Amino acid sequence: MTLGRTPSQTVGPFFSIGLSRRPENELVPGPAPEAVRLTGRLLDGAGMPIGDGLVEVSDPPARRWGRTGTDAEGRFSFVVAKPVAAAGQAPHLELFVFARGLLRHQLTRIYFPDEPEANAGDPLLSSLGEVDRETLVAVDDEGVLRFDIHMQGERATVFFAH
Amino acid sequence: MADADESPIVLPDDPSFGPEVQVDYPGYRSTRWRAPKRPLVTLPEELHALDGPVFGAESFGALDHDLTRQHEGEPLGERIIVHGRVLDEDGRAIRGALVEVWQANAGGRYKHVVDQHPAPLDPNFSGAGRCLTDDQGRYRFVTIMPGSYPWGNHENAWRPAHIHFSVFGRQFTQRLVTQMYFPGDPLFAYDPIINSVRDPQSRALLISRFDLDATQPEWALGYEWDVVLGRGARGTTPLEDAP
Repeated sequence: MTLGRTPSQTVGPFFSIGLSRRPENELVPGPAPEAVRLTGRLLDGAGMPIGDGLVEVSDPPARRWGRTGTDAEGRFSFVVAKPVAAAGQAPHLELFVFARGLLRHQLTRIYFPDEPEANAGDPLLSSLGEVDRETLVAVDDEGVLRFDIHMQGERATVFFAH
Repeated sequence: MADADESPIVLPDDPSFGPEVQVDYPGYRSTRWRAPKRPLVTLPEELHALDGPVFGAESFGALDHDLTRQHEGEPLGERIIVHGRVLDEDGRAIRGALVEVWQANAGGRYKHVVDQHPAPLDPNFSGAGRCLTDDQGRYRFVTIMPGSYPWGNHENAWRPAHIHFSVFGRQFTQRLVTQMYFPGDPLFAYDPIINSVRDPQSRALLISRFDLDATQPEWALGYEWDVVLGRGARGTTPLEDAP
């Protein structure tokens, strides 16, 4: 028996009623020694902030997960920890983007800027061109990880089939 | 959310589109600057073996599933029961799945600062609920029939009545956010969001079924709607979950 898969529909502009009722943006507790602040902006193809987006960040092997809505400037903020890398890969977090105007959520990855060797040897990162690769590596902004997401355009973030 | 003034584009039904939603669907104006324009990159199969987040029952309130009993008084509108199962494509129940819902009130107004539709807010209705599926993958909500509302996508654009659903499956790639509709809604033909699913059979999977068995006499109409999540990696769903 194979059942038809329920199609996706947009999260719409009012998801915060149901999905942002409490803070859920800490994958690890803020005071934990391995905790790092991750911030970024969600931007559309015209460079305008997406102020009604929803971002989910997870480290599935460690069972860490969080989500937050974006603010009027498209900003989101998490507390994360660098995951343990799988053999042969660079450490990374998985990130889903949901928004009005996205009929299905999009998947991308966050790699870490202080792992140049691991990143250079990562099979997925090294399969991409330089511009695309850069869209997946966070920037170290004085100890804060900055990861901007561009839905479209010359610096469009790489999104993955899922 | 008026962000275009062009007339709607409704694409023809064509089985060659397949069951997947058209992400860059021109009839839905907000996709224009937001939907990715480039082909998606394929990830290794290992992604599909990753577990999704697990949610415990301890943080749930006793009335989280009953949207009609979250305030002092009862909300206005037609009381309904919405129930169903969360399954994978092989028909296996997904137990412990977090199901979250949100919706407009009976007048078609969301309790959200951005919603300026001039319909009344209901002080007895917040419009949000959640529950975990049981061992048979079942979920159940008590709520009121949401109203249709205008949304500015094109001239005289109205959304068919719907309830938003967010579901976490067992696996990371089983994540689903979607909308559940009600049978026979006259607005279906005019709505680019439901029509972004181009395959008519797939589109029908978004529409609940009136359920007389779940209807409670002198109380509330019942609707049944199953949510079917992707299979994920082959062989990773434990066999003890077979129905």
